[in-house]
Amino acid sequence: MGRYVARRLLQMIPVVIGTTLIIYTLVWSLPGDPFAGRCGARPCPPAYVAAMTDKYNLDDFWLVAYFKYLGNLLTGDFGETFQGLSVGEELLRAYPTTAKLALVAIAFEILIGIGAGILAGLRRGSYIDNLVLVSTLVVVSIPVFVIGSVLQLFLGMRWGIFPATVGGDASLYNLILPGFVLASLSLAYVARLTRTSLAENRRADYVRTAVAKGLPQRRVIGVHTMRNSLIPVVTFIGADFGALLGGAIVTEGIFNVPGVGNLIFRSITARDGVMVTGAVTVLVLVFLLVNLLVDLIYGWLDPRISHG
Amino acid sequence: MADPTPPVATQAEAPETTETAVRTLGRDAWHDLVRKPTFIISAVLFVFFVTIAIVPGLFTSLSPTDCALALSRQGPSGAAWFGYDNNGCDVYTHTIYGARASIMVGVLTAIGVLLIGGVAGTVAGFYGRATDTVVSRLGDVFFGIPLLLGALIVLVSFPGGADTPQLVTIGKVVLALAALGWPQIMRITRSSVLQVRSADYVQAARALGAGGTRMILKHIVPNSIAPVIVVATIAIGGYIAAEATLSFLGVGLQPPVVSWGLAISRAQDYVRTSPHMLLFPASALSLCVLAFIMLGDAIRDALDPKLR
Repeated sequence: MGRYVARRLLQMIPVVIGTTLIIYTLVWSLPGDPFAGRCGARPCPPAYVAAMTDKYNLDDFWLVAYFKYLGNLLTGDFGETFQGLSVGEELLRAYPTTAKLALVAIAFEILIGIGAGILAGLRRGSYIDNLVLVSTLVVVSIPVFVIGSVLQLFLGMRWGIFPATVGGDASLYNLILPGFVLASLSLAYVARLTRTSLAENRRADYVRTAVAKGLPQRRVIGVHTMRNSLIPVVTFIGADFGALLGGAIVTEGIFNVPGVGNLIFRSITARDGVMVTGAVTVLVLVFLLVNLLVDLIYGWLDPRISHG
Repeated sequence: MADPTPPVATQAEAPETTETAVRTLGRDAWHDLVRKPTFIISAVLFVFFVTIAIVPGLFTSLSPTDCALALSRQGPSGAAWFGYDNNGCDVYTHTIYGARASIMVGVLTAIGVLLIGGVAGTVAGFYGRATDTVVSRLGDVFFGIPLLLGALIVLVSFPGGADTPQLVTIGKVVLALAALGWPQIMRITRSSVLQVRSADYVQAARALGAGGTRMILKHIVPNSIAPVIVVATIAIGGYIAAEATLSFLGVGLQPPVVSWGLAISRAQDYVRTSPHMLLFPASALSLCVLAFIMLGDAIRDALDPKLR
């Protein structure tokens, strides 16, 4: 177990270095003057340019500058933006909101996704089954920004059931609508996965044994079938949680949620390189670590899979 | 002096072929497909959208530049079924002309991803060892960057203006999506090639002295490409959605190009007063994505003997 975790952590190093290197190169080796428009309508004063060039190692060869940046990262220093904001602090401020939004989304995936999947999987070929299959296909086909805009228009503006935007107050109630929109795509996948997994396990030998022993239907499905069927679903939801923690650029943008996705989008369009590289590094790290955690949980849920 | 053996051989074979009527895998899949309602619906939609993309003039007599500001944001009526947008352009005409850019981005990205990912996956799967490790890790690095986020950074790094030719704008979006989307196809190709690599006919070819290139082109690729094509078809839907999302965020296609994502992006500001500007292009976009996903799904089901 310990060796498995150690190996996985070691394997992460080249991925993290590769990812940050790509982002760093894209952000910093851009054609054009990095100081264009930084000082309003007039050109930046030479003292400012010299200070900033020194601060971001802009005179160095890009690979050298990248390793200097990486060295700072290792000591936990994410650097400062051109405006002098600490990237670390900005990320810390945005993360709780994104985490909350991700949790709301996961709650929807579990409630509606697994619920619909169970209903469909237990009655294959029925009306409900077909309804779930068709509706999930439709949901998968509608891009998230369309779902977001349309739901915002009707539920938020026309009928006023939910607040149309979140703004500064990221309370749980305000996050219900964006959370649902964020969950919509994965929700459809969860429903389909649960359905397939359940239907497969219903034919398993141990289920037949349980039925033959005369166990009540509720126990056969609730304990024997469900527990085994939900293992792949748990993995999927876990991996999705890792991805959701990276922030949702589109959903957070539409509903004006002050989370990581919003922060990243603003930094990208403002060409604020330090913020973008810092945020993407954290995002990739979180994604990889959550995935490792999911794999460990997988081994714990299903003892047949060992990480020896 | 006739050779006695050939007639005997044909006599022995002839009744066998007529009695069992052996169907090839492709014929078998086709037999299944034409009886599936989802395939028929998606195939009709597919042909419909491709026709629109190739000859938009068949469906509307107007051109997307026929706009009259006096008609700005008028709702749907008998004269204009989909209403008018902010510039007084016919939304129906724009929706028809928008198909070309969207489908072009989707199809070209799929081709690009098939080229990069297909070659990388085949090489990694066929040669194994160090080649496999290098290619797989490289894939991991790109896989770690979320598609939308990476494409955003690439497109912001290489901005275009209103005077950039349309094809260049489209090409940039295609390159950005293909550069980040290839690991998905690489992984599927690799696992598919791994399954085929140890097959008897590959061993036979190797024993006969066939070189690596010949084995790959004559034996490996034809036998491992089916699942890859299916995934690529489904992915086209995803790329169309991704293009629309990027255009929606203002970094994808740029205004002289007519696209669904751009139309939805413009509609966003007037959604409260004129929702028709949002709803019609959004429906066309979703229907088109649905067509590709459903088509790929149906073909996969028909090709996969396990699901029968």
